[in-house]
Amino acid sequence: MTEPLLTARDLRRTFTSGRRHITALDGVSLAIAPGETLGLVGGSGCGKSTLARVLTRLIAPESGAIAFMGDDWLALGGGRLRAARRHMQMVFQDPLAAFNPRATVGGVLADALRIHAVVPKAARAAEVARLIDRVGLSSGLIGRSIHDISGGQRQRVAIARAISVRPRLVILDEAVSALDVSVRGRILELLVDLQRETGVGYLFISHDLAVVRAVSHRIAVMDAGRLVEEGPAASVIAAPSSDVLAHLIGAVPRLTGIIRPERSEDRQDDAY
Amino acid sequence: MSFLRRLLSSPTGAIGAALLSVIASAALLAPWISPGDPLSIAGPALLAPFSDPALPFGTDRLGRDVLAGLLHGARTSLVVGLAAAAASVLLGSMVGTIAGFAGRLVDEALMRVVDAFQIVPGFLLALAFVSVAGGSLPTVIVAIALSSWAQPARLVRAEVLSIRERDYVAAARVIGMHPIEIAFKEILPNALPPVFALAAVIVAAAILTEAALSFLGLGDPNVVTWGSMIAEGRNVLRAAPFLSVIPGIGLVVAVLGVYLVSEAAGEALGRGGRP
Repeated sequence: MTEPLLTARDLRRTFTSGRRHITALDGVSLAIAPGETLGLVGGSGCGKSTLARVLTRLIAPESGAIAFMGDDWLALGGGRLRAARRHMQMVFQDPLAAFNPRATVGGVLADALRIHAVVPKAARAAEVARLIDRVGLSSGLIGRSIHDISGGQRQRVAIARAISVRPRLVILDEAVSALDVSVRGRILELLVDLQRETGVGYLFISHDLAVVRAVSHRIAVMDAGRLVEEGPAASVIAAPSSDVLAHLIGAVPRLTGIIRPERSEDRQDDAY
Repeated sequence: MSFLRRLLSSPTGAIGAALLSVIASAALLAPWISPGDPLSIAGPALLAPFSDPALPFGTDRLGRDVLAGLLHGARTSLVVGLAAAAASVLLGSMVGTIAGFAGRLVDEALMRVVDAFQIVPGFLLALAFVSVAGGSLPTVIVAIALSSWAQPARLVRAEVLSIRERDYVAAARVIGMHPIEIAFKEILPNALPPVFALAAVIVAAAILTEAALSFLGLGDPNVVTWGSMIAEGRNVLRAAPFLSVIPGIGLVVAVLGVYLVSEAAGEALGRGGRP
């Protein structure tokens, strides 16, 4: 295997709420190769989103190390960090909350292009139109407010914003969970197509194993702040070694069509 | 403009807006209705109201036209009120945004300064400032702004503290936006709606403070203001009470109008929620 794009080692983070200490990350280590999708599954409250926010430097870990594109990612600060952020983007769960309520579709993308000077100023409008077209939206939406478009369209804009700066890694934190099932499938297709085109790596976080299975090369399972299982997607789901994953498999009836039927039936029987 | 429609659909908002538009048109039309210097002598002294059609509200002890004073005084009141509130909100939101967004030491330091300004009674602060710096319109505006910026600063800080945890601020950080741009482009505009409701209250308070300063003779002596008219009329309060009552009514109408509009704006914001 080639040099990993991102390596995280022994990340720890606890939150204090009142007198209770909650361990959100308890020694998490993972690696993502260029152009690879690592699916991260786990129940709610297991620390998935905390991991996403630690990796994107939105919150600081208490200990641990992150290497990204060969650099010590946690040592970067100020302007160097802002410039390096270009290579790691994130798509949030709630497409409405992830945009300034006053923003317009075109403004959001133009901001990203301006900050990192992705294209010359004169070519910015054309690049915005190209991105909008690439994520399957009509160019008529460019002048519209983020509020005037549907949830699925918003998430496409969020994806367009993430890929506009041509990142190497995109962290998708429950990126399709808030969308209805018909829209979800098309967004997943878009993500897979973009990966094929640009060789971007994904950390695909979801509680929905079926969705993760559909897009991931490898799958990691998280429980109570720890990674309990990790491996190639097909083999992890075919032979789960942890109780958490077995439960997750049992909780997803739609899995019957995706993994081998005889295995899935076994799992569903003994899951609960 | 659904906000404006909501504002005007409530009786409070409609009455407030009507009162305000009366004052605003008086201020705007003053040079046409009563041309010339309102401080110059226009007729016999202490003429009672409604006795001379040319001087409908009568004259004061020096024979100055009360109507001209009332109309030109509306200008002063509105200019001082709006300018002081604008300066106060501007200063307050800058300090509040920086304190809320920077956090920790900067926040602590700035908020202690805010405390210091809030502890001193606003009117005393304005009084002391004007006594030291001298009475001119800009000084009065600065004095009132200094005595009232602490409240918007607190409000903006509280809003910023809540907004900076939202996803779109996280998204702006992930995209690599500069913190100053995040603070003033992503956070501040979304923190402002409740501040605008407060701004109207500050305008009303500023109009009253200005009148009080002028009443005490600390205003600009070359500008006619309602406060100085009331002070002037006080000397002949028994013989000619209208000299104090007429500008007093102007003051009540202006403050009431601004206050009702601010009340309705607060309600309209609460009802409509933020976009």
